[in-house]
Amino acid sequence: MIELEHVSKTFPGQDVAAVGDLTFTIPEGESVVLVGPSGCGKTTTLKMINRLIEPTGGTITVAGRDVAQMEAHELRRGIGYVIQQIGLFPHRTIRDNIATVPKLLGWEKKRIQARVLELTDLVDLSEDMLTRYPSELSGGQRQRVGVARALAADPPVLLMDEPFGAVDPIVRTRLQDELVSLQARLNKTIVLVTHDIDEAIKLGDRVALLNIGGVLEQYAPPEELLRDPANAFVADFLGTDRGIKRLSLVPISQINLDPGPVLPRSAPVAEAREMMRRYQIDWAVVGGDGRIEGWFTENDIAGHDTLDRVHLLPFQTKLAATDSLQQALDAVISSHTAVAAVFDGERYLGMVTSEEISREIIE
Amino acid sequence: MIEFLGEVVAWFTDPANWTGVNGIPNRMWEHIQMSVLATTAAAALAIPPAVYLGHRRKGGVIAVAGVNMARAIPSFAIVAISLPFSIRLGLGLGFWPTFIALFFLAVPPFFTNTYTAVAGVDDALVESGRGMGMTQPQVVRRIEIPVASPVILAAARVASVQVIATATLAALVAWGGLGRYIIDGFATQDSVQVFAGGLLVAGLAVVAELGFSAIERWWLPRGLREPSEDIARVAA
Amino acid sequence: MIGLAQTQAQGVFRWDWIGRNIDAIWDRTVEHVVLTVVAVSVGLVISTVLSLIIVRYRKTYTPITWTTGILYTIPSLAALAFLVPITGLSHLTAEIVLVSYTLLILIRNIVAGIDGVPQDVLEAARGMGYTRRRRFIEIELPLALPVIVAGIRIAAVTVIGLVTVTSLIGLGGYGFFILRGLSLFYSPIGTTQILVGTALSVLLAVVVDVSLALTERALTPWARRKAPA
Ligand SMILES: Nc1ncnc2c1ncn2[C@@H]1O[C@H](COP(=O)(O)OP(=O)(O)OP(=O)(O)O)[C@@H](O)[C@H]1O
Ligand SMILES: [Mg+2]
Repeated sequence: MIELEHVSKTFPGQDVAAVGDLTFTIPEGESVVLVGPSGCGKTTTLKMINRLIEPTGGTITVAGRDVAQMEAHELRRGIGYVIQQIGLFPHRTIRDNIATVPKLLGWEKKRIQARVLELTDLVDLSEDMLTRYPSELSGGQRQRVGVARALAADPPVLLMDEPFGAVDPIVRTRLQDELVSLQARLNKTIVLVTHDIDEAIKLGDRVALLNIGGVLEQYAPPEELLRDPANAFVADFLGTDRGIKRLSLVPISQINLDPGPVLPRSAPVAEAREMMRRYQIDWAVVGGDGRIEGWFTENDIAGHDTLDRVHLLPFQTKLAATDSLQQALDAVISSHTAVAAVFDGERYLGMVTSEEISREIIE
Repeated sequence: MIEFLGEVVAWFTDPANWTGVNGIPNRMWEHIQMSVLATTAAAALAIPPAVYLGHRRKGGVIAVAGVNMARAIPSFAIVAISLPFSIRLGLGLGFWPTFIALFFLAVPPFFTNTYTAVAGVDDALVESGRGMGMTQPQVVRRIEIPVASPVILAAARVASVQVIATATLAALVAWGGLGRYIIDGFATQDSVQVFAGGLLVAGLAVVAELGFSAIERWWLPRGLREPSEDIARVAA
Repeated sequence: MIGLAQTQAQGVFRWDWIGRNIDAIWDRTVEHVVLTVVAVSVGLVISTVLSLIIVRYRKTYTPITWTTGILYTIPSLAALAFLVPITGLSHLTAEIVLVSYTLLILIRNIVAGIDGVPQDVLEAARGMGYTRRRRFIEIELPLALPVIVAGIRIAAVTVIGLVTVTSLIGLGGYGFFILRGLSLFYSPIGTTQILVGTALSVLLAVVVDVSLALTERALTPWARRKAPA
C-alpha cells in the first residue's frame, strides 16, 4: 500500500507548485494509473514515491514506512522502476541488465541465474537473447527487458512512467495485454503514468485523473469514472465517446436482457407469425426452459403447420454474461438478427439488443 | 625568486634590449612577419583544393591522414628536417628552412578544417540551393563557404598559434624571432633572458589565440552559433 | 654529373650510423617512453580530478578550461623557459611542460564523455537504487570510456611529439638525435640523425595510438556489435 498525504512539490526557482497538495492511497496489489494533461505533475508524483524527486511537503509511506526516513537507494532497490526510454545499460548484456538489482542486493550467483531465466520466460523473451547487447534488440523486446529488469528482485511495488510510449501502436497493444496478464499472475502494486486515457482505462484498477498543479480531479475505478465524471474537466478529458469507452468495462449482466422471441417446438406457425409481428422482425427462436435450439426466418415456415419440422439455424455468436457490453455490441452489429444470445454456460439467459446497449451508453 | 623577477623586470626596462637587431621590436617583428607569411601561404595553398574536394565530397582519407600525420610528426622535427632540405636546395640557413617548416606545419589545419567543414555542410542545404537553380560554383560560394567559414576561421587560429609557437624553434636553424632569446639564453645560461623570451613568446601566442577567438565570435553569424571544434589542433 | 648524384644519394642517409648507435637508440627509446608515460599518467590523474570537479560544479567549467587552454597555448619552448630558472634542467621541468599540454585535451574529453552518457540510462540506474559512487564507476565511466580513450590517444600522440623539444634541456628521447643532427646539419651524419629521430618518434606515436585503440576495442565490446534496431 502506498499512501500520499498532503504531498507537494515546488521546484527550485519556480513560483507555482508542480504538485500542490495531493492526498490519495494506492491499495496493495492494485494497479493505479495516473493520467492527465501534459505537465500536470504525473511524473513528478511518480518520482516522489521512489524519491527521484524529493517532495517539498507532506508524507509518502510505502507499506507503512515513511520513505523520507529510508535510505534512498535502499528504498529504490525495493521498488521496480520502468521509464519510457527504458534506460537499458548499453554496455551490459541483456542477462546482466536483468540481473542489475539482484546484484545490487548481493544475491548469490546461482539464485541470480535462476531468476534471470524465470523472468526471461515470464516476459516472453528467448534465452538466446540473454548474451546480446541492448542495441541488438527491437524496441518491443527492449521494453520487455525493461519490465523484466524492474521485476528482477520481485519488488512488491512497480512504478512505470509511460512504459509503452516509445513503441508503435501494434506493439503497444501487445505489451499492454501482456502487462494485464502479468498483473493477473503477480498482483503487484503498480503505479503507472500515461497521458493516454484508453491505456488508463485498460490497465488501471483505478484511475487518478490529475489536473495542472497535481490537482486530483477524480480517483475512481475506470468504469465509475466513465459513468459518473466528477466534473466538467473530467468529462472533457474523457471525451465525448466516454459512453462507448465504458462498454468495455461493463459486463452484460449489468443490463436488462430481453427474453427474446422464443417459442417451443410444438408452437403453431400462427403463433410464430404473431410473435414476429409483435417484435417487428422476420425471425424467431425455438427453445424453452433455459435452452435454445436455433432460429428460423419467416420464409422457413412457409407451408408448415407447427415448428416441428422447420429447419433451424445455429447462433453464430454466443455471449457469456461476464462478457463486456463492447463484445455484445460487436456481436449485435455483425449479426443478421441485430441481437445476440447470452448464455450462462449452456443456459440461455436472453437477448442483448442494440436498444439496451445504447440506453447504457447514454446513461 | 623575488630577486629573479626583479632581474627580469630590469631586463625589460634595459634600453639596450629595445634597440638594434637583437632588440625586442626587431625580434617581435621578425617573429610576426614570418608567422604571417607562412600562415598566409599555407592558407592560400591549402584552402582551394580543400574546398574543391569538400564540395565533391572526395578526399576524406587525405583529411584524416592529414590530422594524424600533423599530430604524429613533432613540429621540432619538421623544423629540423627542413634545414638539410633547404641547404640541399641551395636556399641556405635562416629564412627558408624556417619558412618551409612553418608552411608545412600550417597546411594540415587549413586543409582538414576546410575540407571537413565544406564536406559536412548539410546535404539538404545544398540540395535546396540546387533546387533554387544555383550552379555548382554558386553553391560553393553562396552556401558551402559561408556555412564553413567559422570552421575555416578556427583553422586560422589553430594554425597561427601553432606557427607562432614553432617559430620560436627557428632560432635553431639560424633564424631570428623571439626564440633567439630563449635558445641563446640556454647556450649562455642566462636564465633571465630565457625567462624574458618565454614571456614574450607566450604573450604573443596568447594574444593571437584570444584575438582570433574574438574575431571568430564577432564573425559568426547568429544562426551558426554553436561551439566549433578544433579539428586539427596540434600542440607545439 | 651522374657520379656526383650517386655519391650524394649515398651520402644523404647513412645506414651504418644506425648499426653503430643501436645502444643509444635503445636508451633514448626508454627515455622517450618513460617521459611520455609519466606525463600522460600524471595528466590523466589531474584531469580526472578536475573533470570530477567540473561535473559536480558546472560553474567551474569555464575557468578550468580557460586556464588549461592558456597552458595549452603557451609554446613549449616558452614553458621550458619559465621553468628552467625554477626547476632547472630536470625531468621535473620536462614533465611539468608535458603534463600541461595534456590537461585541456583530457579534460574536454572526460567531461564530454561523462556528459554523453544518456540521461535515461542514468535515471534508470538511480531508480534501481545505485548509489552515486557505484553509478559513477559501473555506469558512467564505462560508457564514457570511448570518448576518454580518444582523448588519451590525442594526448599521448601530442606528448610523444613534444618530448623531442625537451632535448633542449638535455633530455628529449628521440629528440636528442634531432637536436644533435641539427648541430651537424652540414654532414650526412647530421641528416641521418634528424631523420632517424623523426621516424622513430612518428613510429612510437603510431604504435601507441594503435595499441590504445585496440585496448579500447577490447574494453568496449558493446560498441562493436550493432544490429538493426
Ligand atoms: N526539474 C524540474 N525543474 C523545474 N520544473 C520542473 C522540473 N520537472 C518538472 N517541472 C515542471 O513541473 C510540472 C510537472 O511536470 P511533470 O514532469 O510531472 O509533468 P507530467 O505530468 O509528467 O507531464 P508529461 O505528460 O508531459 O510527461 C511541469 O510544469 C514541469 O514544467
Ligand atoms: Mg511525464
